[in-house]
Amino acid sequence: MRQSHLRALQRVYLVLLFSFMYVPIAVMAVFSFNESKSRTIFTGFTFKWYKSLFHNEMILSALGLSLVVALIAAVVATVVGTAAAIGINAMGKRSQAVINNISYMPVVNPEIITGVSLMLLFVVAKDGIAWANQNLGWALPENIFGLPTLLIAHISFCLPYVIFNVSPKLRQLDARVYEAALDLGCNPKQAFFKVVLPELAPAILSAFLICLTYSIDDFLISYFTSGTTQTLPIVIYSMTRKKVSPEINALSTVMFLVILAIILFYNYLDGRRERRKA
Amino acid sequence: MKKLFCTLLAALLCAGAMALPAAAAGEEMIVVNDDISVSADYDWTRLADQDITLNVYNWGLYISDGSDESVDILSAFTELTGIEVNYTTYDTNESLYAKLKSGGADYDVIIPSDYMIGKMINEGMLEKLDFDNIPNMAKIGEQYKGLDYDPNDEYSVPYTWGLVGIVYNKTMVDEAPTSWDAMWDEKYENSILMFNNSRDAFAIAAKRLGMSMNPTTVEEVNTIAEELKAQKSLVQAYVMDEIFDKMEGGEAALAPYYAGDALVMMDENPDLGFAIPEEGTNYFVDAMCIPAGSKNKEAAEMFINYMCETSVGVANCDYIGYSTPITEVWEQLPDDLKYSEVAYPSAEVLANTEVFTVLPDEINAAMDKAWSDMKSYSEGGSSWLIPVGLVVAVAVVVLLFWSRNRKKQREDY
Amino acid sequence: MLKNKSLAFPYLVWMTVFIAVPLLIVVYFAFTTKSGAFTLENITALGDYTTVFVRSLLLAAIATAICLVLAFPVGYWLSRLPVSSQRMMQMLVILPMWMNFLLRTYAWMSLLENNGLINRFLGLFGIGPFEMINTQGAVVLGMVYNYLPYMILPLYTAMVKIDSSIIEAAQDLGADIFRVLGRVLIPLAMPGIATGITMVFVPSVSTFIISRMLGGGDTMLVGDLIELQFLGNSYNYNLGSAMSLVLMVIVLLCMSLTNTSGNKDGVEGVM
Repeated sequence: MRQSHLRALQRVYLVLLFSFMYVPIAVMAVFSFNESKSRTIFTGFTFKWYKSLFHNEMILSALGLSLVVALIAAVVATVVGTAAAIGINAMGKRSQAVINNISYMPVVNPEIITGVSLMLLFVVAKDGIAWANQNLGWALPENIFGLPTLLIAHISFCLPYVIFNVSPKLRQLDARVYEAALDLGCNPKQAFFKVVLPELAPAILSAFLICLTYSIDDFLISYFTSGTTQTLPIVIYSMTRKKVSPEINALSTVMFLVILAIILFYNYLDGRRERRKA
Repeated sequence: MKKLFCTLLAALLCAGAMALPAAAAGEEMIVVNDDISVSADYDWTRLADQDITLNVYNWGLYISDGSDESVDILSAFTELTGIEVNYTTYDTNESLYAKLKSGGADYDVIIPSDYMIGKMINEGMLEKLDFDNIPNMAKIGEQYKGLDYDPNDEYSVPYTWGLVGIVYNKTMVDEAPTSWDAMWDEKYENSILMFNNSRDAFAIAAKRLGMSMNPTTVEEVNTIAEELKAQKSLVQAYVMDEIFDKMEGGEAALAPYYAGDALVMMDENPDLGFAIPEEGTNYFVDAMCIPAGSKNKEAAEMFINYMCETSVGVANCDYIGYSTPITEVWEQLPDDLKYSEVAYPSAEVLANTEVFTVLPDEINAAMDKAWSDMKSYSEGGSSWLIPVGLVVAVAVVVLLFWSRNRKKQREDY
Repeated sequence: MLKNKSLAFPYLVWMTVFIAVPLLIVVYFAFTTKSGAFTLENITALGDYTTVFVRSLLLAAIATAICLVLAFPVGYWLSRLPVSSQRMMQMLVILPMWMNFLLRTYAWMSLLENNGLINRFLGLFGIGPFEMINTQGAVVLGMVYNYLPYMILPLYTAMVKIDSSIIEAAQDLGADIFRVLGRVLIPLAMPGIATGITMVFVPSVSTFIISRMLGGGDTMLVGDLIELQFLGNSYNYNLGSAMSLVLMVIVLLCMSLTNTSGNKDGVEGVM
């Protein structure tokens, strides 16, 4: 009897909590089909906000930029980070600890501080370039704010996550497998690419995906380092600060569905892999 | 490009035969689309093949950009000139200044208000304009030229002007406000919205106190700041363009804002009214400028000239509601806007206004400081926070020590 | 190749130039005037903003505490589910996190407004309207809503490692529910709790979006203050840097307080 009470309580609690998490999203989705601009009174069903969303050049180009930045940042961060994880793994315990602590800085530090500090760095760098161009006759581009600064910023906050994802896998890796490959006639390069890398692949892939999502989602750091360019979160921010168009609801709904699809697909693959293993 | 050439050709062929509604008699026009046609006496395409992207930085909701079925004057500009426009927005003069000053961005055209233009000129942040590229400067009304912030008309071309007044919801107030006192009226507690930028907010408090909105001493600044502090507990939120949603949705009763935007809001929600308080108010001019170091100065000047084209001005002012400094534009506006008391107030109302001047650095600094202080200030209202916070902090510390002790005990076994 | 330390070199250079140096620049700006002379004025000027710092810390602490209380049972129950449903539930927790947080916060605006959905709904029963938006409560709500998954996931990760038989053993030996909680569950979940607190508290204490969107701009938090100095009304890098420095120190202090168990798997568990 007590058990079933507990069960019921548990169910009610979970339902309440998940409604708390999902009701706002559902509300946005419902009002993306609202005929009028009102955010609270539903006056009729329409698809027009979706139509105008896909004709809104500002949103589309921002989405494009977000994807480009995320892709480049994720690739660079994954490559550099994986290499670094291997290098760090080869080091002594003490240097590992020191480097790990440094890697934790951008993770633990509030994002706003990472953003502000990078902005200050770029401002100082810009002044430095201007000075060098004037006094040393260099001809460096002074206009660094924009894509270059965004990329640097995104790579910087992605890198630690790659390390934290790949390092544990490396520690689990049986070094003897690598040595065995060497003994069997592989050169170090072959042994690495044919034996070690496939072992690390799942960790590297998940690191890459994490970088991708963090980069697409990032607002705070981009806000301080983007110059005149606009990523999707920055456009969303400026949209929320004006007269709000229901396009923003349509955008959230589309994003939610895309994410849902990705997760379901990923899960399906995962589930199949596990079943095959079993 | 081909399309452009065709329209050009068509326009040239037809210009004489067809009496275009927007064209002044006898002047040759280039038709870009149904709504936009521009003077043919200007070489619009000379930069077309240079692959230029112009960074235009403007106030939010301050251009007719095709939203809400308005005329998209930006894409028409691209179609006409082959110059792409990267259009972004800011919400206060001060954040524009910060963004420019930081060097964090390279803009080609910006549209600050009077006092900010003066300040930027003083600090060498603006380029002198080449008026050979902006022949339309001649169309600007005489009363908008040679103003204090740019006495020789070297740096700026007026974009719009207007007054600040109180937007109010007729269903939520007993009577139309006639004085800034309404913004301090306790019966509207939590139904008052306030400017989220220091200069406009200080101006209102100053006018209420019967002072000038251009304080000359730090003491004056502090007196005004006290007035704003006194208002804080009544204010529901400090906002800029968020005001559109809040007033249109009936979230607040009173809000000071710019006349042009008030017109747009009144269009959406007929319950709204607009009043100019009797103490007088701020008369502002926003003007187009080019920041120092712009890499596309000629294209920027072309853009400024384009914005002063009559058909462009008509489309723009019709959408944003702000008052135009160009007589030809005013003449072609729809009647309801043309004779609107809000957008084009009587000489009597205009006489009782004050223009922002450039404040000395010392006063500016005092104002910034007083503004941050005011925003950070909290009246007794949140006193519950301190005890609750203390309890939470104590709980966390106790929990930590307890768990650490447990751990130690366990390790001791 | 696996023993090649130099592979870490590009990373170390990158982190030095783009993480360490910028932080040093913040320190430099915090202790200089606009003209570059050494000064302590920026730090002492922060005294005027004590209320803001206190308010930020309090609101973030309250939000963290609420998250902990709400998330603890969820984490536990999830960890006791059959593995196949665990995966599903985990997904349900993560999914909202992947939505852009500006959009999520914005959604609450239309719920909380005076004429918003909640007040309309309550109005049907003749209750209200309540003033919900533009209050400190709304800010705390925004923090809880946005960062709750960051609390649930580490708690779940920690508790999934707890063997059910331990809890059963405790129960068999006569421990009531509070004893099981206090003596078994909480101590064993401690790494998860510590990580969760970190992951909720740090973004909460430094946010400026939530306070601006849900707090109406009169509930200033440290984040707002910093933003105001860098891209907003005040434009004072030096003061802004001093604020950032103090915020950083506060956060690091809090972290060292919670991270007594020196756990680092927690963060990894979340990802």
